[in-house]
Amino acid sequence: MKEEPLIFEKSVPGRTGATIPTCDVPEQPIRDLLPGVQLREALPLPELSELDVVRHYTRLSHRNYAIDLGFYPLGSCTMKYNPKAHEAIARLPGLTRLHPMQDVAQVQGALALIYAVEGALAEIAGLEAATIQPAAGAHGELLSMMMIRAHYQSHGMERTVVLIPDSAHGTNPASAARCGFTVRSLPTDSRGLTDMQALKAGLSEQTAALMLTNPNTLGLFESEVLEICRLVHEAGGLVYCDGANMNAIVGKARPGDMGFDVMHFNLHKTFSTPHGGGGPGCGAIAVGKTLAPYLPMPRVTRLSTGSYDWIRVGDHSVGRIHTFYGAFLVAVRAYAYLRTLGFEGLREVAETAVLNANYVRARLASHYHIPYPERCMHEVVLSTSKQRSKNGVKALDISKRLMDYGFHPPTNYFPLIVPEAMMIEPTETESKETLDAFCDAMIAIAEEAETDPELVKNAPHSTVVGRLDETAAVKQLDVRWRNVGDTVPTDS
Amino acid sequence: MSYTPHTDADRAAMLEVIGVPSIDELFCSLPIDARLKQPLSLPSGMDEATLGRHMRELARANTSTDEAISFLGAGVYDHHVPAVVDALASRGEFATAYTPYQPELSQGMLQAIYEFQSLICILTGMDLANASMYDGATAMAEAALMCVDMTGRRRVVVSRTVHPHYRQVLRTYLKAADACYVEIGCGDGRSDLAELHNAIAMETAAVLVQSPNFLGVIEDLHGISGICRDRGVQSVIAVDPHSLALLEPPGAYGFDVVVGEAQSFGCPMGFGGPLLGFFACRQNLIRRFPGRIVGRTHDSEGRRGFTMTLRTREQDIRRERATSNICTNEALLALAATIHLAALGPEGLKGVAHLCLQKAHYAAGLLGAIPGIGIPIQHPFFKEFVIRIDTRFAVPDISRALRDRGIIGGFWLGEAYPEYHDCLLVCVTENRSRADIENFAASLADIMAGGL
Repeated sequence: MKEEPLIFEKSVPGRTGATIPTCDVPEQPIRDLLPGVQLREALPLPELSELDVVRHYTRLSHRNYAIDLGFYPLGSCTMKYNPKAHEAIARLPGLTRLHPMQDVAQVQGALALIYAVEGALAEIAGLEAATIQPAAGAHGELLSMMMIRAHYQSHGMERTVVLIPDSAHGTNPASAARCGFTVRSLPTDSRGLTDMQALKAGLSEQTAALMLTNPNTLGLFESEVLEICRLVHEAGGLVYCDGANMNAIVGKARPGDMGFDVMHFNLHKTFSTPHGGGGPGCGAIAVGKTLAPYLPMPRVTRLSTGSYDWIRVGDHSVGRIHTFYGAFLVAVRAYAYLRTLGFEGLREVAETAVLNANYVRARLASHYHIPYPERCMHEVVLSTSKQRSKNGVKALDISKRLMDYGFHPPTNYFPLIVPEAMMIEPTETESKETLDAFCDAMIAIAEEAETDPELVKNAPHSTVVGRLDETAAVKQLDVRWRNVGDTVPTDS
Repeated sequence: MSYTPHTDADRAAMLEVIGVPSIDELFCSLPIDARLKQPLSLPSGMDEATLGRHMRELARANTSTDEAISFLGAGVYDHHVPAVVDALASRGEFATAYTPYQPELSQGMLQAIYEFQSLICILTGMDLANASMYDGATAMAEAALMCVDMTGRRRVVVSRTVHPHYRQVLRTYLKAADACYVEIGCGDGRSDLAELHNAIAMETAAVLVQSPNFLGVIEDLHGISGICRDRGVQSVIAVDPHSLALLEPPGAYGFDVVVGEAQSFGCPMGFGGPLLGFFACRQNLIRRFPGRIVGRTHDSEGRRGFTMTLRTREQDIRRERATSNICTNEALLALAATIHLAALGPEGLKGVAHLCLQKAHYAAGLLGAIPGIGIPIQHPFFKEFVIRIDTRFAVPDISRALRDRGIIGGFWLGEAYPEYHDCLLVCVTENRSRADIENFAASLADIMAGGL
């Protein structure tokens, strides 16, 4: 495929792609309206016709892989089908052309929707209350850590340590550290689960919380979760559930029933709102009784009259973490998804997601090393260590070679505790034919690693660009277009 | 309906390969006590047509800004979005992709983000910009924390003219980080520079302002950046990117960090979210700034390619020592903003800004001439301004009377600024016609004359 120039390289002075209305009010000289204000001279934005713009971004779209094009088994990312009906719904003018500061009398539908989504999330979590205010999973984690901190502060307690298993997503330690907590890592045992001895040894009167992903990032359910939560509570700490892997248990089990005090959901994973190439997301959180007083403001409430209103002030609230009320239109899509599926549908999601992952696991088990013996939940982690030690073929090579077979690679080199990790999450929306084609490709690549390792090591061979020089990207840093003649500042 | 494709035969064949008799067997690692005891209390599933009816009903319970003439701004704006934006940004190739961790399969989104970063740099006059933040408020909070981390000083000075939500988010973030929040006043609608000068202490990491500020006023950027430079503190400014088509960009005044909300480029108001935060800074902050950034490089055959770069700052690599915990951002909105700017070009953007400026001033002239209405702040403004209403009337009552006439009269300032309890913040974009403005003025005059 031919390279697509940058939008700036297609610019022709004097061209425009927009029709601007003529001014229908009496005009005054700008100088008179803005006395003493420094006005701008140069505005070197690109100049294109509308058709130029359409072709440019359509061509760029052809240089992008997506769920709509094929299988996207990125572990921990839950790349399931995003229903088109929900996209159409999220474009209803009664939802999009709504200002967040309108009087409550004019936004009863929006408030009802937020109230219903939050209620449903609390029910699915088995917890007291939920908020959709966080904009992403990491934002939900951050908010949860803020609330835990506020809880201890309001009780005059100083607990400064957060325990996090070494298999956790990187956002967990980063979110805890952002709230001033000291992060202690817990090892994973030979079963791929939290090491109970290490947990017991790590708990103390300093323990603020344990952040646990369940199922964990090895795709395994923490079968001792009830005991884990009991131990942390006994030590006076709280337990946070990273809900990134909720797709495995939605409608089958509830974190609140397991003893968790707070959890986050990724609406852009479990509830099928499109990930958009890196957002927008929604990292809604649900909380139990202990932390409910610290929820961010505002909240939506239902009055005895049946109408809805804002609660703007909470005595113990940590405050606000997003302008207005968070990613409403993402919540709209999640709401549409929840209403489409209902309880039965949600349970089928978890069951099928787990079935699909175990099917992939079973088909690949004799071709790749599977580091943990247990059957998996919604995702399977395998290691390409056999291929690495025998033929020098790395997980990255196999991932790149998968592109030549028309698939997006799984997550690789995560979790960090598995060498040469490939983390495969098929999701429930993929058919047996797709899974078979993917497994056939994985098996064929395992064979190629034996017979023609260079073919795999130099992959991909069919993409619009080959492997990129990441070192050059850092060393000769170029993160923006510059017009010819622009001066380039230095780092110092 | 759960969008699962398996037939009974598929399921049976798959279970056989796995070697278990039933799907239930796959859930055996869940302890009995952790399993769901009774069905979740959720409404039953719906077919697509029924869902559509239900959703349209919910939407009808709202009054959209198509059904009322809105003069609300206050951080989310009703600008025209060309049809070409959603037609392109909604393409499944973009919308249903994940974060571009595999550059060979993500060149489309990566190149678009590189273009977005470039456009933000051009608009703000800064050296580099990241791939987006959750919203303007969190972009400002991240900027404050970056300055705190970088300087080792734990005090941040904030102007009261910054958007109240931004200040609330800032306080939430700073409290969690044990950093101190200090506010300076705005006696005449602008940041008080004498107070700013005095508020900067040894422990001050940064000064945070907004321009045009929440009250609509264009701040004295030369004065603010000069004080920051003299006192050796980082200067952070939030801007309305539309205003930058007309106004000298913050980069020209020497600001260190420029943040803001770019929802008005290509994104619907959407009841306030998702939004599109942007973050731009000077070259010397290259190793410190939060969030993702896309860089240009090449493959072994010399073909140009784009990839996420400077990744060692980020949480998935550096974990608790990362510059921020941010992961998912607002890529699809950044794409929409990029398409919006590409379609408008410099003349289009200047044209829109010009219309906002002219119409807002026309409206201020008409409204200010109504008996009982005053314009309490006399500084230059862009598209938002404050009107003061004779204290014979309570502002919420006036707003209600306007609503009854199909007009959303603006944002009541009473909660955020008690000294402006009798004021409305009025926003006029290019989407308001002369007739809309005159209708607003006539209705308000009528109400003030006793029509309440």
